[in-house]
Amino acid sequence: MYLSTIGRREHPGGVSKKSFALLGGNVFALGTVSLVTDVSSEMVTAVLPVYLVLGLHLGPAAYGVVDGLYTGATALLRLVGGYVADRVRRRKAVAGLGYAMSAVAKLGLVAVGSSAAAIGVVLTADRTGKGLRTAPRDALITLSAPEHMLGRAFGVHRAMDSVGAFLGPLVAVAVLAFVGSSTGIEGFDAVFVTSFCIAAAGVLLLALFVRDHRAPKPPSGTVSLRAAAGLLRGTGVRRLLIAACVLGMATIGDGFVYLLLQDKEDIATGWFPLLAVGTNLGYLVLAAPLGALADRIGRLPVMLAGYGALIAVYLLLLSPLTGWALFALTLGLYGVFYAATDGVLMALAGPLLPEALRTTGIAIVQSGQALAYFASSVLFGLSWQFWGATTAIAIAAGTVLAAVAATFVLLAPRRKARP
Amino acid sequence: MNTRTRVLIAVTGVLTLAAAAVIYVGVAGARNQDTASAGTSGAVTLDGPRLLFRSTADADRGHVSSVAAADPGGARAVSNLSCSRVYAAGGTGICLRPESGLTTYQLAVLDGRLTVTQEIPLVGLPNRARVSADGRRLAWTVFVTGDSYNGGRFSTRAGTLDLTTDNVEGTLEDFAVTVDGKPYKAADFNFWGVTFTRDPDRFYATMSTGSHRYLVEGDAKARTARTVRDNVECPSLSPDETRIAYKSAIDGDPAKGWRVSVLDLASGTVTPLAETRSVDDQPAWLDDHTVGYALPRTQGHSDVWAVPADGTGAPRLLIPEAESPAALRS
Repeated sequence: MYLSTIGRREHPGGVSKKSFALLGGNVFALGTVSLVTDVSSEMVTAVLPVYLVLGLHLGPAAYGVVDGLYTGATALLRLVGGYVADRVRRRKAVAGLGYAMSAVAKLGLVAVGSSAAAIGVVLTADRTGKGLRTAPRDALITLSAPEHMLGRAFGVHRAMDSVGAFLGPLVAVAVLAFVGSSTGIEGFDAVFVTSFCIAAAGVLLLALFVRDHRAPKPPSGTVSLRAAAGLLRGTGVRRLLIAACVLGMATIGDGFVYLLLQDKEDIATGWFPLLAVGTNLGYLVLAAPLGALADRIGRLPVMLAGYGALIAVYLLLLSPLTGWALFALTLGLYGVFYAATDGVLMALAGPLLPEALRTTGIAIVQSGQALAYFASSVLFGLSWQFWGATTAIAIAAGTVLAAVAATFVLLAPRRKARP
Repeated sequence: MNTRTRVLIAVTGVLTLAAAAVIYVGVAGARNQDTASAGTSGAVTLDGPRLLFRSTADADRGHVSSVAAADPGGARAVSNLSCSRVYAAGGTGICLRPESGLTTYQLAVLDGRLTVTQEIPLVGLPNRARVSADGRRLAWTVFVTGDSYNGGRFSTRAGTLDLTTDNVEGTLEDFAVTVDGKPYKAADFNFWGVTFTRDPDRFYATMSTGSHRYLVEGDAKARTARTVRDNVECPSLSPDETRIAYKSAIDGDPAKGWRVSVLDLASGTVTPLAETRSVDDQPAWLDDHTVGYALPRTQGHSDVWAVPADGTGAPRLLIPEAESPAALRS
């Protein structure tokens, strides 16, 4: 096997392996914006169920309505946003619009009061903002770091991003503790307003410190719908998109993993958000080193190893293991999975996409993966219901294994000649 | 713009935003301090005829309060006990409240003077609460996922506590369920909104499976539940035990809101009540002819409304700044 060379970019220039310093300042600027924004959004995520149920007394079905409203609705918008960003060559502006939209949505939560439908609309705006900003931001990262350092660049960015996700719930709990009201409207409003202020700071930092990457205007016709469709005709991009979808299909969703853990251990619901914190801890510690490793030994093997960690997570859920060892191992490996796959896939995608259409291409890959992920979550929910948790996880583990094999076949570089 | 200017703008902007957040949190904290210390110990008891509720007024939000049944708009008695949900009957009260911070919740059993006699940890976010007419049995509903809003689906668990035996039934999902007379098993059972009959072993509740939200009649001793009717949520049995007030999703679609109706158990006749606004609450019978429920007004503020149980008349504002109503009979 030539596994260790797959996805590797040869650079005989002799760049130091630990030269994170060589990453453009733009990567750190984007990372800082993501960090700040994630503190803001995870604060809200942490308190939202409590707000809906205890703050507003929404009944079970109303909670379900709010929960389901936005799902899948933002995928199309992400594609539109990506295409527009390429078309007007203003990736920073489109990303900024997305960040600003999510920031304003935090104030919307304070403003709309207790109507379930209105809250659903506000949450949809929040998710739309996230959909709009992700592809332009990732495109900017690929354009802000040298190609052989993309793994590091995404590693650093994702690590900073998860520091934010890690801090968010802690900030929320601190605000609630300070207000001294964990279920009163005062406490929730204080969390939402604080979250808005933090998100607004993120938008300000983006506006001031992130540089847009505006290459000379490409010849007319380079960025057109036809050219965007043409991306899929290139074998490289098509294979990558299929691989992203296959891998998305193999991922069942955090909610389910945490529910299965809770099912096994019957932990208090209050501890539930801490499961995500555990995963994020693993992610933030490992994202940068695994990104650097991907630059060294190849992005594909690192990404596939990440899916190996996912298989291990599913097997742990099937195993007789219980107690803190189960939690530590499952959440740790789940963090490894994210660290080895999320940014690394983008690092794999970047160089395959022409610069003029990079945001569109990234949006297509991310949307494909997100839709596949949504489908797999629905299917997993059904199989859990019909066949029980054990069978469903076993199927999920088998699916990941098949997806890893398929991805290897799809993305392994063709050898030009036999030695 | 040079780097220096940018840094200056950034520092100024971030500091301004931080100051805004700190000031807002500080003011909210001070306001909450006043609210938390409101109320008087011993001001509220579970003697009737009075109406018990949770206040949503700014001055004493969350505090268990009561008004005279004959003069619900009159003077309010405010206790120093705070709950997220409250209900009482037969001299026993139930108070669902957070234990500390965001982490855990508990059910507090209250005696006639609102003294907490027992605390039971709840796994999940508390939502509905009921006490049997004789005060011997308590029921509650919690959401068990506590999950982030973008993953997984909600699920509920309804539990009961028998004060005579101290037996806690943590979830009704293990009961033997029959749907339309046939034994039925599913992984997606969700129970919520329990209401007791005079025989403390028997109760009604909502059971959802698939897209159905059934009214079920249950037996806590035999551990069985059988479906009575479809599209009935949050039932509440009338004091004379002949009718059930409930909410049902308009056209069976919760996105369209809920309508309150009364089901006559003997004839199966359904009477939609005069309230046309969407009611997302478990109704409470104020007497044999009147149904009460909370309607949110603005964020954090609710009012308790009353409407005749026979479908006539019009809803009237019963207690402003209140939710979780319970009629204390004597």
